[in-house]
Amino acid sequence: MLGKLTLDAIPWHEPIIMGTGAVVALGGAAMLAALTWFRLWGPLWKNWITSVDHKKIGVMYIVLALVMLLRGFADAIMMRGQQALAANDGAGFLPPHHYDQIFTAHGVIMIFFVATPFVLGLMNVIVPLQIGARDVAYPFVNSLSFWLSAFGAVLVMASMWIGDFAATGWVAYPPLSELGYSPTVGMDYYIWSLQISGLGTTLTGINFIVTILRMRAPGMGLMKMPVFTWTALITNILIVAVFPVLTATLALLTADRYLGMHFFTNELGGNAMMYINLIWVWGHPEVYILILPAFGAFSEIIATFSGKPLFGYKSMVYATSSIGVLSFFVWLHHFFTMGSGANVNAFFGIMTSIISIPTGVKLFNWLFTMFRGRIRYHSSVLWTVGFMVTFAVGGMTGVLLAVPGADFVLHNSLFLVAHFHNVIIGGVIFGCLAGMSFWFPKVFGFTLNEFWGKVAFWCWLVGYWLAFTPLYILGFKGMTRRMNHYDHPDWHPYLIVALVGAVIIGMGILAIGIQLYVSIRDRDQNRDLTGDPWDARSLEWATASPAPFYNFAVLPEITSLEQHWDDKEHGRHFVQPTRYEDIHMPKNTGTGFIISAFGFVMCFALVWHMWAIAAAGLLGVIGTFLFRAYDRDVDYWVPAAEVQAIERRRTDMIRKAA
Amino acid sequence: MNSPVSTLHGGHGGHEHGHDAGANTVLGFWIYLMSDCLIFAILFATFGVLSTSYAGGPSGRELFDLPYVAGETLLLLVSSFTFGVAMLSMQARRTDNVIILLLVTFLLGTGFIWMEVHEFAHLIAEGAGPDRSAFLSAYFVLVGTHGLHVTVGLLWLAVMMHQIARYGLDGIVRRRLSCLSLFWHFLDLVWICVFTFVYLRGVL
Repeated sequence: MLGKLTLDAIPWHEPIIMGTGAVVALGGAAMLAALTWFRLWGPLWKNWITSVDHKKIGVMYIVLALVMLLRGFADAIMMRGQQALAANDGAGFLPPHHYDQIFTAHGVIMIFFVATPFVLGLMNVIVPLQIGARDVAYPFVNSLSFWLSAFGAVLVMASMWIGDFAATGWVAYPPLSELGYSPTVGMDYYIWSLQISGLGTTLTGINFIVTILRMRAPGMGLMKMPVFTWTALITNILIVAVFPVLTATLALLTADRYLGMHFFTNELGGNAMMYINLIWVWGHPEVYILILPAFGAFSEIIATFSGKPLFGYKSMVYATSSIGVLSFFVWLHHFFTMGSGANVNAFFGIMTSIISIPTGVKLFNWLFTMFRGRIRYHSSVLWTVGFMVTFAVGGMTGVLLAVPGADFVLHNSLFLVAHFHNVIIGGVIFGCLAGMSFWFPKVFGFTLNEFWGKVAFWCWLVGYWLAFTPLYILGFKGMTRRMNHYDHPDWHPYLIVALVGAVIIGMGILAIGIQLYVSIRDRDQNRDLTGDPWDARSLEWATASPAPFYNFAVLPEITSLEQHWDDKEHGRHFVQPTRYEDIHMPKNTGTGFIISAFGFVMCFALVWHMWAIAAAGLLGVIGTFLFRAYDRDVDYWVPAAEVQAIERRRTDMIRKAA
Repeated sequence: MNSPVSTLHGGHGGHEHGHDAGANTVLGFWIYLMSDCLIFAILFATFGVLSTSYAGGPSGRELFDLPYVAGETLLLLVSSFTFGVAMLSMQARRTDNVIILLLVTFLLGTGFIWMEVHEFAHLIAEGAGPDRSAFLSAYFVLVGTHGLHVTVGLLWLAVMMHQIARYGLDGIVRRRLSCLSLFWHFLDLVWICVFTFVYLRGVL
């Protein structure tokens, strides 16, 4: 019945894991007790878990990302600590097998459960508001997507205490990830957590393509869409184009591991290089999936706080689109050393260099937007400027790595590690955090504390440079990635500096926590009464903060690219309509949560070869889905009178602000 | 319950945007089909790479029974035809005809799956199972994934026959039938590629 699962699966002898487990168990118990004590289970279920409101789903995505950031960062600081200690005679505190799991988990968590949910969360919150829609195209599917991702994260976390996690590196190359070399359940946790969350991401991709293509407010042609929505559109097209590749590739690896097949094995005709090609056909577009919405957020922020329209809107759109296309022609640069031959390497090297051109176009657009603008240095602008400087360096080291000859030297070195952290921290993470401080009031109705926001920014910026500049140098010195121990005394000082940098980044994360706490505590002083705290330009700022659940009482007519700004210029903003109409909205449903919970049961059971339980989980998924297919009571009308009452309150708030 | 609201706006996608929510659903389903098509593309590419990795085991020429596979193909093609006629009946609002034609489609699909399972069992019994060589792994996973899709389609068909009987041909049911019809024809198309690139090319 329980397959391979026994009590021995729990790593009793690992003090770090068991200590963390005790803290998490105590914290979890305290939280459950608090929920029960304050009678919050009902509200939690009614207002959040079953919610199909895109804003709430977006918030839950971002909360998931921030929680998982703590885990991913804990892994990072342990690796930095290990490498700062394990020089020469020192063994450090992490045995090799544990260390391998940590660097694998760090990569998987940061990409799949921090960056991806953060980006999806921002898109969820903002895209429907920016295009003047009431919700996404399929609100129920949106809820299902989120819960699939969330349960994927739960599965990764469970692997810490029940069994182990993959020790293969975050893209799990075979034959190492095959049964013969990774016989434990760690690799299976990896597969099933990525499958369940990847399914959620694919569904989100479909959902947002239809939302953006079909649900824009009347008059909003494609070239009148805000840039963030444009980047979201391209990102979602990329998601639909490449996440099926990840699904198929991991399914083939699963067939190898579970059914004894030979896709990527060394025996009986298997071909490991095929996996490496396939995983990067997904993997390279994936980095653009993450960075494009960050570019979109920076574009909105820099235009708003420079008090100018975005410079080169059209070129921004074309640059985004061409990055989307080019991202499919560069995957081989992840393995120039495979031996495809000079011509193939040259092609992919040149394509990789070419993709930096549209990115450069964007950088100049942001600079020209700032040029002669009245710049207000809000913390989100600091993130943006910090990004421009940091990301430019990351881009340049990327172009350096794109030269196959140079790549033969730098392949798998810490130079590479420094490069991709340079673009992911300096690009994606800065973008997400900038977006969070920019759009926070739109969801919660009050602004975030600026002082702690700026502290967070400076800690992240300084911490990033201290942590990763040494790695660039170490890469040139020949230090390879994923080392548990080394015998070169001259590497040691650099790794100590890197540890200091990581600690400063940790202080940045702490500052974000303090910022949230202080902001919530002082929320009454920082209310956003107008719905437009930054004197911004696009449609999401035309509605109230927090945005009402139906987003817009009357759907706006779009006549210009910067509708809200133009309305303000012509005194048309905040005009109350004479008559309201009933609004048609989707009803909340717990089905997405329940399907995902059954999916989680199935995946967990598959990890441990508990076939009967896995079958039960699958039946649960199908049964719940069928239940939904027979549920015809899925929508309702908000009466005009209720809309009018909500809008009246808003008019009073604006009057109070004026 | 069949309220006028759900008939007008078609289920959970209802938003008065001047767009028909049913059309949104069909567009979304199209995009899903394209993503599914990419899964098949990966499996075809994998099969292409591994199509001669016999590892000393049997090749397609020794294993495949073309007339048998032609029989499978015929079942599936005819089922696509009956589904097409069912959709025409749906347009003409002839509820009973739709159910009967879907039932015929269901039986033809079941026949296809039965033949495929039989074929797989035969191969495994001969010692030519998916663990014998990379070629056979790629063969079983490609053909099996298609078969899995058809099985899901059969379940969906059964549910839809019941929903037609229960709700009649209302907006939601018609929208779902349109999606299922796309799905069914898509699987037919994939099978044509399987037949051509796996069986014909394997034998010729």
